[in-house]
Amino acid sequence: MNKSFVISVLLTLMLAACSSNTVKDKPAAPVEDKSPSSQTMAAPQQETATTAPAVESDMGVNPLKDPNNILSKRSVYFDFDKDEVKSEYRPLVEAHAKYLLAHPNAKVFLQGNADNRGSREYNLSLGQRRSVAVKKVMNVLGVQDKQIETVSYGKEKAKNCQDESCYQQDRRVDIVYENE
Amino acid sequence: MKNIRFIITLVILMLPRLVWGELTIEVVGGAAQQIPIAVVPFSQPNNQADNIATVIGADLRRSGFFRVLETRGVANQPHNLTEVKYSDWANIQSQALTIGSVESLPGNRLRVSFRLLDVLKQNQLAALEFNISPSQQRTTAHRIADIIYEKLTGEKGVFSTRIAYITKANGRYSLQVADADGFNPQTVVSSKEPLISPSWSPDGTKLAYVSFEKKKPVIFIQSLVSGQRYVLANFKGNNSAPSWSPDGNRLAIVLTYSANSQVYTINSDGTGLKQLTSSNGIDTEPVWSPDGSLIYFTSNRGGGPQIYKVSSASGDVKRVTFEGSYNVTPRISPDGKLLAFIKQGPDGFHVAVQDLNSGQVQVLSDTSQDESPSFAPNGRMIIYATNIGGKGSLAAVSADGRVKQRLSDTLGDVREPAWGSASN
Repeated sequence: MNKSFVISVLLTLMLAACSSNTVKDKPAAPVEDKSPSSQTMAAPQQETATTAPAVESDMGVNPLKDPNNILSKRSVYFDFDKDEVKSEYRPLVEAHAKYLLAHPNAKVFLQGNADNRGSREYNLSLGQRRSVAVKKVMNVLGVQDKQIETVSYGKEKAKNCQDESCYQQDRRVDIVYENE
Repeated sequence: MKNIRFIITLVILMLPRLVWGELTIEVVGGAAQQIPIAVVPFSQPNNQADNIATVIGADLRRSGFFRVLETRGVANQPHNLTEVKYSDWANIQSQALTIGSVESLPGNRLRVSFRLLDVLKQNQLAALEFNISPSQQRTTAHRIADIIYEKLTGEKGVFSTRIAYITKANGRYSLQVADADGFNPQTVVSSKEPLISPSWSPDGTKLAYVSFEKKKPVIFIQSLVSGQRYVLANFKGNNSAPSWSPDGNRLAIVLTYSANSQVYTINSDGTGLKQLTSSNGIDTEPVWSPDGSLIYFTSNRGGGPQIYKVSSASGDVKRVTFEGSYNVTPRISPDGKLLAFIKQGPDGFHVAVQDLNSGQVQVLSDTSQDESPSFAPNGRMIIYATNIGGKGSLAAVSADGRVKQRLSDTLGDVREPAWGSASN
């Protein structure tokens, strides 16, 4: 045990902010911060029915929001340091590909994420690889690049996880439709 | 108990105004041989709140290379050469002695005089005078500490340098620049979206960084003098991982063009884009060797991520790390001899160094969620980001692993440290 020594240093973010060059934040874009859970819960049916009447469904419900429809599932999960789309997520990706083919004006953002372990920059690249991997599955089914935009947040949106059951939720690509 | 009282005293001494503490620096190790030194409080005008000697002593102690001795037990407290009784200081086993004074000058100026004395040889190692404004007292104390450090260790000190880092608090990200002791933080830029990868220009006047404010990673360069900034790279896909060339004319950056991350170089004005690497995997985290001939980078072209180097002239690529399955974030020591990087081991992610001649690898840190190592300008310490008590914190370790420091922010997370050159 060495003698430890503490110097408390005084900084204030607030004071410092006075001299700051603050970036003007645009209002949140539709792509921001959509966790899988918040998406599946999405808008109440009533509102959905009135705001999206053009979207066909047996129940008169937006299939993208219908919890009984596979299209309401939006997250593809990955193994550590991997970017292969696992077979269990193929039906989900294919369902979205078919939806995009049927709705040529629809556009999706594929948001790649990584768990909070390791390098930020490497994880930014890994998140990008994951979003491109999902895009390629869609491309094979005929979806054009103009309907797909890939984005990576790396580990920047990851939770402060300490175990695998938590990490695995962060290793994912979220499928987010424009104007959602 | 005595220790706690000392801490409180120190905090009060250093708090001329009511502000709340944030960055705490704790030394949790020391060099094998610490130099015992006495830093006598400087004589100063009565209206002075804090003493320059306190800042000097704190700098030396924090470095881990000095044992700063208690001087209050010595009855005779010298401030100039004629008052020095060497036997007083030999009695408390001091090898070196620092004395000095602060005097008021006309026009709200101060004259700071200091001397560094060798207690055993009873001679003078250094003597200097500074004519300063009252606001320059901390800066002057750091300069004096640098001189003492260099005279007694033979290496340049880093007490006058600055550190850039990112804080995340209350949902906002801020790029901050503070003195090496954590004081005097300035916000360079802040945003609701993530900021990562700050990189100092070699002359210390600019920072390149990556901002997600446009909903995707874009590289900016911002002047610390004027505060003005411009977009260096906003190509299709990700723009990230900026690193300045040693001459400051170009940067290595990483672009995806919507597919794989690859390393490019670009002039600091955003012209002259050239692709440097091309692989089927991820190539990222480029960093230049001090002579500019090589760019080290992370790539998973062989499976897992490893560190490679590419000739900036020929484009020839060679693998550098071979131990383990996950080695990322290369940084090269200022003398070009050591590679610092993040290595995944069985118990987490650690700061490691590899001797670039022998290939020998040494894990330095005992923390386990480490990222973003950055060498001090003298190559002695490596600052890095880690997780302490569930919070993003900074820590530092000496390149030989002996000295360890922890720096934490009481308000939020701190990450992405980048150690810059001396402030002017």
